[in-house]
Amino acid sequence: MELLLQILISGFIIGAIYALGAAGLTIIFGVSGILNLAHGAIVVLAALVAWYCALQLHMGIYWGGLAGVAAAVVTTYVLYALVVLPLSRSRQMAADELPVFLFVATLLFALILQGLLEWFFGSTPVATPALIDGVIHIGGNTVPLNSVLIGVVAWMVLGGLWLFISFTRLGKAMLAASMSPRGLAIIGYDIGRIHLLVWGLYGLLAGIAGVLLASFIGASSGVAINLTATAFTIVILGGLGNVLGSLAAAYILGFLGTLTAFLIAPSLREIPGLCLLIIILYLRPQGLFGRH
Amino acid sequence: MRSSKLNRPLLAAAALATGVYCVAGALPDARAADAIAVGVIAPKSHILGQAIFHAAELSVAQFNARGGVNGRKIELQEYNTNFSAADSARAFQRAVQSDGVVAMVGVFTSEVALSLMPWSSRLKTPLIITGAASSQIPERVHAQPERFKYVFHGYVNSAILARQGCIVAHDVFTNNPRLKKYDRAVIFSEDAAWTKPVDAAYQKCLPKAGMKVVDHIRFAPDTSDFTPIYSRIKNDHANVIMAAIAHVGVKPVVQWHQQQIPALFSGINGQAGSSKFWDATNGATEGVITGTPGLAGAPLTDKSAAFYAAYKKRFHVDEPAYDAYTTFDAMSALEDALGKAPNTSGDALVKALEQTDITGVLGRVAFHGLNDKDAHEVVFNEDPKKGQSFVGFQWQHGKQVIIWPPKLATGHVVVPSFVAAGH
Repeated sequence: MELLLQILISGFIIGAIYALGAAGLTIIFGVSGILNLAHGAIVVLAALVAWYCALQLHMGIYWGGLAGVAAAVVTTYVLYALVVLPLSRSRQMAADELPVFLFVATLLFALILQGLLEWFFGSTPVATPALIDGVIHIGGNTVPLNSVLIGVVAWMVLGGLWLFISFTRLGKAMLAASMSPRGLAIIGYDIGRIHLLVWGLYGLLAGIAGVLLASFIGASSGVAINLTATAFTIVILGGLGNVLGSLAAAYILGFLGTLTAFLIAPSLREIPGLCLLIIILYLRPQGLFGRH
Repeated sequence: MRSSKLNRPLLAAAALATGVYCVAGALPDARAADAIAVGVIAPKSHILGQAIFHAAELSVAQFNARGGVNGRKIELQEYNTNFSAADSARAFQRAVQSDGVVAMVGVFTSEVALSLMPWSSRLKTPLIITGAASSQIPERVHAQPERFKYVFHGYVNSAILARQGCIVAHDVFTNNPRLKKYDRAVIFSEDAAWTKPVDAAYQKCLPKAGMKVVDHIRFAPDTSDFTPIYSRIKNDHANVIMAAIAHVGVKPVVQWHQQQIPALFSGINGQAGSSKFWDATNGATEGVITGTPGLAGAPLTDKSAAFYAAYKKRFHVDEPAYDAYTTFDAMSALEDALGKAPNTSGDALVKALEQTDITGVLGRVAFHGLNDKDAHEVVFNEDPKKGQSFVGFQWQHGKQVIIWPPKLATGHVVVPSFVAAGH
């Protein structure tokens, strides 16, 4: 019973961080059709900047966290302005080749960013201070309040995202852009501005995920590729561009990984999720919740 | 004709550039004939790699300030292992074949050290390993002395580290009336070459030290979430975590602290010796106990305090990591050998290094002979007058407090508030 409870608590928190990390990625794909391989590097950037500002510049965890999120948003816009936008407007390549070029370009951006992070921050993992100190005891388990708060904050952000998409004019426009960009343009929306908004929103979500991650298990430049791989697994499993599918997939992977880590071995945490992904790609290539 | 006139300045510039290029090309050779090139190799982005570079730099600066050897100074060449055996092998070849390096010092990871040993032999260039602890390093030298005679180990091997960990555990915990209830240990090791002999030695020596080994956990170095491992440790009712970690450090310590695991964190924790570890863990290392060859300027010899002060002043860090001390002593041994050897050939340097008997910052620096079990490894002894020695410490309020050996101890073990002997 104690173990089951621990698995449930851990799975909930891990799933929430996975979901937050993958939500932005799936929105970007839904609206722009771009699979952003720089995702993990941007998440790590937010974590490392938060740590640096909080501890090295003595700004405290909350201002440090804000600085981390801001760094993620700025970097996302740099990626958009220097890589995505020029390539998207280029007449040098065929339209059907564009996604491949963008895919590779984001990978190159990720490698550059990861190299810069390693040069500046080193490769040793760092952990930001806990957002809140103390522990609570749930059914014989000692759970850090910080972990609970991280899960709650992640869900509040996801809830805010849902409210934004469902009830605001901009959010609805964003949703419409993922369904029919041409239709949206016909009724007078500037698609360029929608893309700008989506990339900013993506940077915000990736930044928050990074700050929470740094407080939960720590972060280093070396984990960027793993974070990208996990987010991709979630996005593909849930169905490309489907936000609710990503949330469900994040929890499926979160609990599957947690069960494996607790019952078999922590080092095998990722394996069942990847096996599941291969099976899903065979049986349902559009993902669990995707449409043809 | 007009064209020819126009090209004259261009030709002159090209000739000048060629001349400058030729002279510049000749310069490194001319400089190499004057200075002695020594290489230092480590992962540049890692806490323990940076300590190796810093210590080598400091040693060379002091050596050159003293006038070098016979008027020749050392020129330090830095190489990055990137934690990769392939990168390290390429760097070693480049160092010897292109940069004229006569000896290499450093290496943090055992896997890289073991992969560089054959290159040291092929290139007949001494390699003094200062950060990696695998017992296979002296074992291989002992097994094939003619082949691996160019390899020296400036740091004690993992079996000795484990043995010292057990001695500290005995003296500090089980033989201490206040802490003798801390007697249920779990062996907690990262999956790396250096920890296998540590685990084997822990299994043997912990029971002799009065501790019961209740579990043995090896984990992948890329493990992010230690919750399942700590859950197992709690279920084992272990009250001492006997660690063997160096590649990892921050994540297990931060999560131990955050999750308030009721077991003392002890054993060997390579990163914890550096003050940067306090920053990286945001103070979660408070209460962590570990052992290291050097620490906080512990006055092991009359050179310890001067090194400690110079290192802190030059690099603006509070505490050097263990491999800063071992690298500084290895560089001192090499500098001594350069003074004694008739030339800088690999064979001449090996013979001179084998004769090393100097006082370093960790104790006496001398190497075992090729026939000894720990062939070409620095002599270890709890008495610093006889060999490289070992100190046990605990992080307390952001400071490293020496808890072992008793004659150097500056304080006693403080049990963190969330740790309990019986749970």
